[in-house]
Amino acid sequence: MKHTFSVLVENKFGVLARVAGLFAARGFNIESLAVSPTNDPTVSHMTIVVDAPDERILEQIKKQLNKLVDTIKVQDLTTEDFIDRELVLVKIAVDAKIRPQILEIAQSLEAKIDEAAANAVTLEVVGDKNKIHTLLQLLKTFEIKEVVRTGRIAMSRK
Amino acid sequence: MKLSGAKILIESLKKEGVEVIFGYPGGSVLPIFDVLYDNPIKFILTRHEQGAAHAADGYARATGKAGVCLATSGPGATNLVTGIATAYMDSIPVVAITGQVKTHLIGNDAFQEADVTGVTRPITKHNFLVKDVRELAQTIKNAFHLAQSGRPGPVLIDLPVDVTMAETEFHHPKEPDLRGYRPTISGHPGQIKKAARLILQSKRPIIYAGGGVIISGASQELKKLADKASIPVTTTLLGLGCFPQTHKLSLGMLGMHGTAYANHAIMESDLIIAVGARFDDRVTGRLDAFAPEAKIIHIDIDPSAISKNVEVDIPIVGDARNILSQLNKIVKPVQTKKWLERIDGWKKKSPLSYKKDDKLRPQYVVEQIYELTKGEAIICTEVGQNQMWAAQFYQYTKERTYISSGGLGTMGYGFPAAIGAQVGKPDSIVFDIAGDGSFQMNIQELATAVANKLPVKVAILNNCYLGMVRQWQELFYKKRYSFTCLANPDFVKVAQAYGARGIRVEKKKDVTPALKQALSVKDAPVVLDFIVEKEENVFPMVPAGEAINRMIGGMA
Repeated sequence: MKHTFSVLVENKFGVLARVAGLFAARGFNIESLAVSPTNDPTVSHMTIVVDAPDERILEQIKKQLNKLVDTIKVQDLTTEDFIDRELVLVKIAVDAKIRPQILEIAQSLEAKIDEAAANAVTLEVVGDKNKIHTLLQLLKTFEIKEVVRTGRIAMSRK
Repeated sequence: MKLSGAKILIESLKKEGVEVIFGYPGGSVLPIFDVLYDNPIKFILTRHEQGAAHAADGYARATGKAGVCLATSGPGATNLVTGIATAYMDSIPVVAITGQVKTHLIGNDAFQEADVTGVTRPITKHNFLVKDVRELAQTIKNAFHLAQSGRPGPVLIDLPVDVTMAETEFHHPKEPDLRGYRPTISGHPGQIKKAARLILQSKRPIIYAGGGVIISGASQELKKLADKASIPVTTTLLGLGCFPQTHKLSLGMLGMHGTAYANHAIMESDLIIAVGARFDDRVTGRLDAFAPEAKIIHIDIDPSAISKNVEVDIPIVGDARNILSQLNKIVKPVQTKKWLERIDGWKKKSPLSYKKDDKLRPQYVVEQIYELTKGEAIICTEVGQNQMWAAQFYQYTKERTYISSGGLGTMGYGFPAAIGAQVGKPDSIVFDIAGDGSFQMNIQELATAVANKLPVKVAILNNCYLGMVRQWQELFYKKRYSFTCLANPDFVKVAQAYGARGIRVEKKKDVTPALKQALSVKDAPVVLDFIVEKEENVFPMVPAGEAINRMIGGMA
């Protein structure tokens, strides 16, 4: 099951290595990780998405995250109501026939379009995980040249 | 007045109550050693940085205070690593200070450079790289607070040489500054009430006590609980001494080489009260067969220790002494007469035993050390058979008298740890019960003990084997003794060459006189080379992966 953690940490060198180390030491792959400053310059925010093959080990990681001296707050958003967003850039190979189809998809998902290249269109989509999933499903049949994602950021609604 | 980083370090250590530093000099710590040259703080020069780390750990275990070790950058620091990992696994407050190359050279593969905060990240409670001398005093305050509070553990401070040379105003901070660190101390009152109710309902309760009881100073409260509710007590290896083994409710140690009666009792119990213990695999044996009928109350200061290995019914997070004293106020006597009778049956049927004949058996040596010291000595051990016999055949009645690397199982730990213990407890009799293999891993520390006139007694149970590995090879690998047979030096001559006393004992009747002779030496280490039965085994034994009541050997 996928878990989304929202973690407040000290804005210091080495903190990311400590957090990442907890997952790495147990052989867990982090699916996405977004780190950014907050309104408090001494605090950073991390959104960590991880697919847990073993819930018990994940529970252990959660406790270990809390135990880190540099973590200020850990929330497992999975069990909460939360807002999540991700920005995705997708470059699709196009010809005269495909271009209108891509533009139609872009319109339906309110994507920004970059048409600078002659044989490719780049879409910029912002959305929650469902919207991003829909986008990637819709583009599946086309020739995707490159996908770059920011990784999910998330915040509890409370 | 402005002070250099090196002076700030030493002044801060003194403010933290540090009386002794164990360490080894080198290029990156020259400014620190220059301050130590004419400073009243005591410095013990070991002969290897690993010895310094273990000595700081042994000092901490014997005294309850934080132990401090100091080493230079690169190899000096990496030599501390095994000692730091040892302290980490057993939750021992050690503050390790390492030199580092100049800040502008970090990451340049400079001479004697190693990424020591990177290397020690997973084996320290926390570590710091100080890049600005103005942060040094607060960092040291934070380090000592972290090392000694909550679940204690080693903390490392990496100090670039330019930081120790730079100057700034010195103000010793009163408080740590760690907003993300808030260990839970007092247990939840609702959980404590639930625990008291569950105890009252139980018919076959058992207390399973670990090193956390000693760390929190909860021995008296534990004894009160056992006495008041008539509950038998078994301890882990690191819990030895937290409950007097001479007490009628004592079951001794449980687990892979525990007593048969402790293992039977925990397997048949209907309630386990775990205090400051973590259900290690050497204790539980096969997990899915462990104590099938037992409900579990788990008292521990570390939330991540709870429900890690076994599911817990009533977790109580907090300081053991605090929680037990709350619990003792409301706990009621339990009818355990029948249960204690059943346990007594096991005690009579399967006591710890070994063959009593004319041969010089290692268990006999341990028993004689107990007899002659009346259980008042501090017993340090190496790792392997010596460690288990020291646990089985000496009756521990006081906390901080059994000092051993439990979690990491570090060979070579015992002797430097004994040096640290002797420095911290100069009036105590300190033994290192050793194997011929382990002792050779830090034998160079004989020079440290001699130079400091430390009367540590090293009792080598010399069987010319890596005995525990040989035992496994005998039992599970068809006696194929692959590289476990040791060609040893003459330990008596080695001792003498270092300026220590050396005594060889080859006959059973000579054990007591030799020990008496060793005990009369007050100003030098004594190496006792006991030539014991070569293929003696540690029994009982639970084979790896078996349920802990499936013991082999040693059953009368």
